Amino acid sequence: MTAVRLLPSGRAALLVECDSLADVLALHDALAATAPDGLVELVPAARTLLVSVDTDRLPLESAASWVRRVAADATRAATPAGGGTARPAPVGSADVVVIEVDYRGDDLAETAALLEVSAEHLVARHVATAWRVAFIGFAPGFGYLVAAEWPFDVPRLDVARTRVPAGAVGLAGAFSGAYPRESPGGWRLVGRTDAALWDPHAEAPALLVPGRTVRFRAVAT
Amino acid sequence: MTSLVVEAVGGPVLVEDLGRPGLARLGVGASGALDRGALALANRLVGNPDGAAGLEVVLGGLRLVPDADVWIAAAGAWGPVLVAGRDAGPYRAVHVRAGEPVELGPARRGLRYALAIRGGIDEPVVLGSRSRDTLAAIGPEPVQAGRVLAVGAEPAASVPLLDDDAAYPPPTGGVTLGLLPGPRADWLTDAALAALHESTWRISAASDRVGARLEGPALARRITGELLSEPTVAGGIQVTGAGVPTILLADRPVTGGYPVVAIVDPGSLDLVAQVRPGQAVRFRHAR
Repeated sequence: MTAVRLLPSGRAALLVECDSLADVLALHDALAATAPDGLVELVPAARTLLVSVDTDRLPLESAASWVRRVAADATRAATPAGGGTARPAPVGSADVVVIEVDYRGDDLAETAALLEVSAEHLVARHVATAWRVAFIGFAPGFGYLVAAEWPFDVPRLDVARTRVPAGAVGLAGAFSGAYPRESPGGWRLVGRTDAALWDPHAEAPALLVPGRTVRFRAVAT
Repeated sequence: MTSLVVEAVGGPVLVEDLGRPGLARLGVGASGALDRGALALANRLVGNPDGAAGLEVVLGGLRLVPDADVWIAAAGAWGPVLVAGRDAGPYRAVHVRAGEPVELGPARRGLRYALAIRGGIDEPVVLGSRSRDTLAAIGPEPVQAGRVLAVGAEPAASVPLLDDDAAYPPPTGGVTLGLLPGPRADWLTDAALAALHESTWRISAASDRVGARLEGPALARRITGELLSEPTVAGGIQVTGAGVPTILLADRPVTGGYPVVAIVDPGSLDLVAQVRPGQAVRFRHAR
């Protein structure tokens, strides 16, 4: 991990900018593991991470020193062989979510053709990949999933759909994701799931929480 | 259990409390009353805890009837609070007998009434709050005529005896808001950053609980490229590619792709909820 930049974000938050998403993930994990009293939450995004604090318990200056120290330690710990980037939790550990997918998405064949692979190969890679929830964007519970071993960069649809059904599983750029509820969207749809991705009335409203590992499993319905 | 029957609404009427902070990592914004101080004050006037759910009423026109005696107080916007046709006035606790209609008349100052009912509005709690998030469509449905709203149990505190000195009606003339530095101030040209601080702005009629759009000079961007979406905070002033600034409010998206060049000081943010379209807004550096 390289140096981070701390940017002002009001009286109770700092915006930390990193050079890459991998650095954001690594910093998120290192900060989460050493969270001090007074931390309200860590909100990761694609290149930044918002550190939100209760300034009565954790002054902004103290939060800034904590972030700098953790980032410096993470940089020191990183090995030249690509260490320092977040690793997914091993399969079978408690923090792995398995999502069952019916891979008959409307865009599967076209997307595979764009990537110059067979549809079977694309599905096999999607299933074989250990994904990680990098951050939430676009809608409550819409996790942006990444994986170092995922080789594809998938262009978004030229014209976004005005209506994507809840449970649609899609690809866009280096990300995979699943629509928690019906909405417009430009991701390429490769399948759909019945998993309860988002339920605001549940104790744990979101299935996909930043940091969590996700595996997809193909099912026929 | 006491309930309120809503007979008429004018502008938007929403159930709001102090929101659901701390869930942005799940994609859920804080939401909550736009004028937090007004809701807390209205609640205190009837002996409620600060965060009890009340009604956020834009400009007035709300008419409701309680089925039992209740205490109410309106704060925020300044206008007539009619109880059985008599103006009881805002910023004070008013006793209403069962069956007496309560009507919020057109606001003379400010934009949003915070109406507190002793006991609070008892709509279902979603993710720790009774606030309606208009962007995420979470929380109690917007209030329409015919809606019956339940009132919660009596709080422990009694209705406080107060002189009429709790009244801080919103200003009618120009409003000055404190500004803190934003994370992407360097995305504006120096001249545009100066213009943000030195110009007189007006709040656009297209403003809502998501954001207050500012009308004034276009703010030229020094960096015109795209910004990967980053987490937002309340009061962040984002600037579009066309140079239009918007103050992000309670129902903002939790991440945004426009650069945030400054942040309205939390101490000034309640006032944004009360600025009417066309009213002048200026900025100063916050201490």
